[in-house]
Amino acid sequence: MFALLGPNGAGKSTTVRILTTLSSPTAGRVRVAGFDVVRQPREVRRRIGSVAQSSGVDPTATGRENLTLQGRLFRLPPAELRSRTEELLHLFQLEAAADRAAATYSGGMKRRLDVAMGLIHRPEVLFLDEPTTGLDPESRAVMWKEVRRLAREGLTLLLTTHYLEEADQLAQRIAIVDGGRIVAAGTPAELKREIPGDAVTLDDVYLKATGHPYRGDSE
Amino acid sequence: MTDFLRDTWYLFVRLLRATARMPVFVLISIVQPILWVLLFGQLFAKVTTIQGFGASSYVQFLAPGISIMTALFGAAYSGMGMLGDIDRGVLDRLLATPVSRGALIASRILHSAVQVVIQAAIILAVACLLGARPEGGLPGILTVFLAAALLGAAFAAFSNALALAARKAELVIAVMNFIVLPTTFLSSMIMSRNLMPPWIRTVSWFNPVNWAVTAARDGFQGEAPAEIVLSLGLLAAFALVCGAVATLSFNRYRRAM
Repeated sequence: MFALLGPNGAGKSTTVRILTTLSSPTAGRVRVAGFDVVRQPREVRRRIGSVAQSSGVDPTATGRENLTLQGRLFRLPPAELRSRTEELLHLFQLEAAADRAAATYSGGMKRRLDVAMGLIHRPEVLFLDEPTTGLDPESRAVMWKEVRRLAREGLTLLLTTHYLEEADQLAQRIAIVDGGRIVAAGTPAELKREIPGDAVTLDDVYLKATGHPYRGDSE
Repeated sequence: MTDFLRDTWYLFVRLLRATARMPVFVLISIVQPILWVLLFGQLFAKVTTIQGFGASSYVQFLAPGISIMTALFGAAYSGMGMLGDIDRGVLDRLLATPVSRGALIASRILHSAVQVVIQAAIILAVACLLGARPEGGLPGILTVFLAAALLGAAFAAFSNALALAARKAELVIAVMNFIVLPTTFLSSMIMSRNLMPPWIRTVSWFNPVNWAVTAARDGFQGEAPAEIVLSLGLLAAFALVCGAVATLSFNRYRRAM
C-alpha cells in the first residue's frame, strides 16, 4: 500500500484524477497497471477501482442496485455478478441495508458501499482518495480494518490522506506532497530515520521536508 | 457499438428507476398535461368559431399540440439530472469505469424520449375521452409519439449540452425558460396557423417546435402525409445536431477536468 500524504490543496486528488484517467496530465507519462493513462485509458479503467473523495453512490438506487450497475459496466457475467454482490454486501456489513435506497445510508455506510463498488470487478489497483475524511472514529476504524485486509490479500492500494497517523500505520510506502510536488518519499521507517533523535514522528519528517509544520487537519 | 447499446440500456434503466421512485413527480407529470388539455380546452373553446380557424373541435386541435408542449417542457430540464450526477460524484465514478462515454449522454436522451411518449399517450387518451377522435388511426397516433420523442430527444440533448458547458442549475433553468415559451407561441400549438400574423407564420417555418406540432397534428388528423414526412425528417436532423452538440459539450467537459 502506498500513501500520498499532504494537506488540502497539495495536489493529492489531482494526482488520483490523472491516475484514474479522469484528468489528463499537462506533461509527462503516466502508467497504471502497465498501461498508459492517456493512450490506453480503457485498458487502465478495466483494471482499476476508484473511490473518489466525494462519494459516487447513486442515492436514488439501493446498495445492491449500485453494485449491480457497477458490475454490469465492467461486464461481469450475471451469475458471477450476483455472487460477487452478495459477497461484498456481506464483507462491508451492508446486507441488512442492501435493498434500501442509498440516500438513507449513514456517512459510514455510504463510504463502505463506495469501496465495495470499487472492488466489484476485482481490480488490480484500488485508488482510495481520502476514504476516512469526515467519518466518525468508529467508521474510520472499520475502514482501516478493511483497507488492511485488502492490502494483505495482495491488492495494490493507493491511499491519499491528510491524516499523518493513517499513512504511518497503514502504508508500506509514503510520499509527502506539498504544493504539487513530492517533497519526501520512502517507508515510514526510512523517512523517520533521516531525522536524528528518538520518538521521531511523521510530523517531524514533514517539518523537515517542507519547512513548515503539518496542518493537514485544518480545513 | 454493442458496448454503447448495452451501457445505454443499463444507464437508462437506472434513470427510469430513479424517476419511478418519485411518486409525486410521476403524479405531476401525468396530471399536469391533463390539466393543460382541460384548461386550454375550456379557455380557448370559442376560438374555433373564428372564421378561418379551420377546426371544429378545439380539443381535437389541441391534443397533439399539448403532447408536443409537454415533451418540450419535460425534456428541457434533462440537463438538471446531469448536474445532479456531477455534484454527487456519480459522473466521475462512471467515468472511471470502462463505460461507453456516448452512453452517458444517450441514456439521458433516451430517458427523456420515453418519458414524453408515455405522457403523450396519456394526453391523447384523455383528449379522446373529451371527444377528440384520432382520425389518422394508429399511424397517426404513432406520428404524434415520434414527433414528441424526436423533439424531446433534441431538447434533452441541448439541455445536457448547456448543463455541461455552464455547470450551473440556475443558468440551465434561465436559458431553457427563455427558449421554451417563445418557441411554443411561435408555433401553431395553441393558435391555428391560418390566423397567425404573417411574420409569426414565417418564423414558425424555422421553429423545430412547430415542425413537431404540425407533424403531430397532421398525423392525428390523418392529413398531409408528405408534409409529415418532411417535418419528421427536419426534426430528426435537428435532434441529430443537438445530439452532436451534446457530445461535443461532454467531450469538452471531460477535457477541462
